[in-house]
Amino acid sequence: MSKREFKVVNKPLRKIDAMSLALGKPAYVGDFKPADALVIKMLGSPHAHARIKSIDISAAEAMPGVHAVLYYGNVPRIVHTTAGQGYPEPSPYDTFMFDSKMRFVGDRVAAVAAESNKIALAALKAIQVEYEVLEPVFRIQDAMQDGAPVIHDEPEAKAVIPVPYDAKRNMAAKVDMEIGDLEKGLAAADVTVDVPFYNHYAQHCPVEPHVSMAWVDREDRIIITTSTQVPFHCRRIVAQTLDVPVQRIRVIKPRIGGGFGAKQEIVLEDVVAMMALRTRRPVYWEYTREEEFVASRTRHPMLMRIRMGAKRDGTITAIGLDATSNTGWNGSQGLTVVCNSGSKMLPLYRCENIHFLGMAVYTNLPAGGAYRGYGATQAAFAFESAMDEIAEKIGMDPLQFRSMNHIRKGETSPVFRALGEGREGVDQAITSCELARCIKAGAKEIGWRKRKPHTAKKGRYRRGIGMACLMQGSAIPEIDMGAASMKMNEDGSFNLLMGATDLGTGSDTVLAQIAAEQLGTTLDKIIVYSSDTDMTPFDVGAYASSTTYLSGQAVLNVAQKVRKQILKVGADMLDCKASELGIEDAKVIRKNGESVTFSEIALYSMYASNQFQIGDMSSKIVHHSPPPFAAHFADVEVDTYTGRVRVVKYVAAADCGTPIHPRLAEGQVEGAVMNGICYALTEEYLFNDKGRMTNGNFGDYKLYTVSDLPEMKTILVPSYEKTGPYGAKSIAEIGINGPLPAIANAIYNACGVRLRTGPFTAEKVWRSLQAGGEIPFEEGH
Amino acid sequence: MKQITFTLNGRKRQWDIAPDETLIDLLRRQGLTGTKRGCDTGMCGSCAVIIDGRAVNACIYYAFQVDGRTVETIEGVGDFDRPHPLQTALADAGAVQCGFCTPGFIMTAKALLDRKPNAEDADFRQHLDGNLCRCTGYVKIEQAIRSCSTAAEGGAQ
Ligand code: FES
Ligand code: FES
Repeated sequence: MSKREFKVVNKPLRKIDAMSLALGKPAYVGDFKPADALVIKMLGSPHAHARIKSIDISAAEAMPGVHAVLYYGNVPRIVHTTAGQGYPEPSPYDTFMFDSKMRFVGDRVAAVAAESNKIALAALKAIQVEYEVLEPVFRIQDAMQDGAPVIHDEPEAKAVIPVPYDAKRNMAAKVDMEIGDLEKGLAAADVTVDVPFYNHYAQHCPVEPHVSMAWVDREDRIIITTSTQVPFHCRRIVAQTLDVPVQRIRVIKPRIGGGFGAKQEIVLEDVVAMMALRTRRPVYWEYTREEEFVASRTRHPMLMRIRMGAKRDGTITAIGLDATSNTGWNGSQGLTVVCNSGSKMLPLYRCENIHFLGMAVYTNLPAGGAYRGYGATQAAFAFESAMDEIAEKIGMDPLQFRSMNHIRKGETSPVFRALGEGREGVDQAITSCELARCIKAGAKEIGWRKRKPHTAKKGRYRRGIGMACLMQGSAIPEIDMGAASMKMNEDGSFNLLMGATDLGTGSDTVLAQIAAEQLGTTLDKIIVYSSDTDMTPFDVGAYASSTTYLSGQAVLNVAQKVRKQILKVGADMLDCKASELGIEDAKVIRKNGESVTFSEIALYSMYASNQFQIGDMSSKIVHHSPPPFAAHFADVEVDTYTGRVRVVKYVAAADCGTPIHPRLAEGQVEGAVMNGICYALTEEYLFNDKGRMTNGNFGDYKLYTVSDLPEMKTILVPSYEKTGPYGAKSIAEIGINGPLPAIANAIYNACGVRLRTGPFTAEKVWRSLQAGGEIPFEEGH
Repeated sequence: MKQITFTLNGRKRQWDIAPDETLIDLLRRQGLTGTKRGCDTGMCGSCAVIIDGRAVNACIYYAFQVDGRTVETIEGVGDFDRPHPLQTALADAGAVQCGFCTPGFIMTAKALLDRKPNAEDADFRQHLDGNLCRCTGYVKIEQAIRSCSTAAEGGAQ
């Protein structure tokens, strides 16, 4: 496949569901709540670490309007992971539907299904629980001490793939990798750094919180409609947890109100399914915003140590990254997130001596999960800050330092093979990379040439410019699978059925564009249905930046097959060979100008002769995970009297291959960058000394609004990724990784203050200024 | 139960309500699900409706408070064959990603534009300050909404 002119792909057409959503049509789980649905409410543990000594649900059960109360005493005890990942999951099995042990403030004690919210809440109050309070542990460093409280002391806790796992020491995952010899590389360096960083807790904050409902149909099957990124994993894990066959469960994903990774997790579905079975009524469970913060999933906080060495000429001789995540009360995605901290940043710069040590540690705080960026965000902060520190030590412009070292098209990195997702990775050469042009375009837009060192700046308000380079992946090679099926209708329209899970990204549109392009028709002729485990073929779901690249290949392939069938029928009708035919504007055209329309072809295939259904199915795995690349630049203003940081302008230049839908691709960058800016400057979890989150609402957990918007500039720098559909690779995650390091570097450039823990609050900046540049490092929350 | 009478999207309604029922609960119970619940505490704007010309968060408004008043929800703003200019602008700009926040933005912006058709940047920033969107980074939302002001360059509608 070579570069060419496109008709549908690479065009900013209207997103196919944009108007119905703007009109407010029923679309999301909550919009389909049956009038007679029971509502579910969960009693959360008041203690971070405790054992239930006794529990009495009888008063709650007896209340009028209460239909069922679930707790550990009346549900199956089946150990599983809540991580929506491929089977067998790389995440440890350490979770039960309900347990008698409480592992964080908000842990499931008992669930009530009742006629109304009010009754359900009253019933929760009627449940009598006596706890034996255990000593909790909140910090990574404390959880790793000998004699620390053991969070998963149940005998069932285990890893299901051969990876290091030691629950008795609170170790949920560990990975250790060395290429070359780190110590040798450090010894060969002219300058070195050895610095710590800490990434803090944050939540995805989809505007639609987690929400699920279920009922049992007349064939005794459990129908779950849920806000999920992983309908097929959801079906499998719910079947496992309830101990029912997969075939008894159907999972329907309607429109989703945002996920960003939070919904790559089975958070509500096991309980709604169990409640539907118990009550034989439709049941509905929607998280409150506070529950969303505490009891869904978060970004894994991470403690980092980075060692780096370079020669005066700018050659990087050594990179050592130790990353330890706080995976909270369960180990969901703990191993793979920390693996990604290594695999998605370490290949970015050429270096012969690389060491990576990753660990995930249990604590009694909210559980980490998948969150856009998935470990790369955490690593980018440490790595790209340290790059600036090294550049300063050798007296080189940080842009030049990055430019001379970054990976290029045709090159490879030993990290690709050494580090995969919980197992060895897959060798690959870089088949497309326009990072150099991203750097150039971004530098021009931000005005890099006028940048001066912080020592040249004076006055109360000081401006500074910082940058960061980034890479991510596109799907998980040799693991992820996506599939699509397609059939043609008599008016020349097509049904495209996919397991791929549009969670608001616009992937339905992007995939329909790929189909329309291949079929030679227009976007409006593609009717998309995604995703429903009874109706659509399998797809791993929306994660790992996979949908455009992976599911896109499945769609392209099925469209190719259908195109062939159309040509064959066309040849029949025009009485010629298929090789004499081409397709244009939904017509099959012969070289002599004769043509038949798609509609005529479909009617012929259905009613005339040799009747058959034009249609097919295709599934794909991928052998590469081509990284998208990006260069980010931040221009900030620091008020040195108060420490307040304001982002004046932010530039993100990104190479995502061919942007199938340029406007949606920009939207992915803009949304991710804005989320990253909030993470860098304002978002943080506040916990009291008992481990209770004290700011789980949008008043005290600050997200930016329109009025906080800095000048934002997105530059798409196209390349052509030959392994991807129409030259495309991913764009969804990479943008969130830039703001932490780019802003940290800009703050340093403004006023000489180096921040190693986020968020970069006025207080932290001010204290650092008072301390002459840096405050003592501390593991935060 | 108590009965209230009010105008909803141009039609007179007489509905029974519970005394402590919020407006969002009433609307959604009656099948008007375009009004979304993002926080239930008045902090995200996804439940915005227009009451007597002003944008209000329906999750912190009691149903009884609309007795005798005029309420507009997203369902009354436009439809496929006659979308409101805001709906067209947002859809075309790529400003609708997951779309969960979109009705709230439209109601808030509409209340402003109905009152001040030539609203300027500062007006939008002030009025939309209570609306959260996690998907778009606001860039395209702001552009689209701005284009609906008569003050917009070539964007007067
Ligand atoms: S749901 Fe009403 S403001 Fe958030
Ligand atoms: S489009 Fe998803 S929250 Fe705004």
